[in-house]
Amino acid sequence: MSQFAEYAICLLLLTGGAFTLIGAIGLVRLPDFYTRLHGPTKATTLGVGAIILSSVIYFSSRDGGIGISEILVTVFLFMTAPVSANIMAKAAMHIGVRTVENTEGKPWDQ
Amino acid sequence: MFDRLSFPQPWLSLILFVIWQFLSDGVSGGSVVLGLILAWGIPQMTQAFWPERPTFFKSWRMPAYLLRVLFDIVVASFQVAKLILSPRKPRPMFVSYPLELEQPLAITILASTISLTPGTVSVDVSDDNKLLLVHALDAENSDEVIETIRTRYEKPLLEMFE
Repeated sequence: MSQFAEYAICLLLLTGGAFTLIGAIGLVRLPDFYTRLHGPTKATTLGVGAIILSSVIYFSSRDGGIGISEILVTVFLFMTAPVSANIMAKAAMHIGVRTVENTEGKPWDQ
Repeated sequence: MFDRLSFPQPWLSLILFVIWQFLSDGVSGGSVVLGLILAWGIPQMTQAFWPERPTFFKSWRMPAYLLRVLFDIVVASFQVAKLILSPRKPRPMFVSYPLELEQPLAITILASTISLTPGTVSVDVSDDNKLLLVHALDAENSDEVIETIRTRYEKPLLEMFE
């Protein structure tokens, strides 16, 4: 494996790990349910994306060729993350989850 | 009767078949048979969720849109990460976004985009498909949120689905 590939893999793994960690910290630190939704749908998506990219580089520099299945995993992830966020937000609105005081505007009445 | 044997969404079937070949280790007799079963079965099961046939849209504009969204996801992740780590309290806000798009597929794409990009998650669509409820993590005022979504995402989608 080339030196360059090793550096790229390290960098991507560290970035991915950092973003996943920050997403998890966000779950603890953010004040209410709706704001907590933002952590996993964004920071973690990029985190997993970076880890998968490093896996693509690792296997393509070892065996040659591009790992299509990893790219498909990324595509599925990016397609499903908004759907789960949307359904959770909808469910929260339905049962009237408490929002933090400084929230402007209101969810709709159901 | 013959509906049961047909492919209601040929493009979806084709995509499912090709994806299944990539997911299994190399094309073989088994993967082709299972791919065909999935390409037939999944559209049959999901057909009820798409009462209207997917309309034609300018799919060649899609790659440029996807690149923009991908770039925004990276930017969004840095913004959200910064906000999580800073001691400042976020200023969350619910915004009712007036939709100009009309097709369900276009609205689905817009809602998904909103959920993946800077500081916004889409919560619900009104029954008449006119309003989209958006939750912004950290926003100054609602006009700004609406303006960003309008110019960055809805305009290109409108051009695509016209």
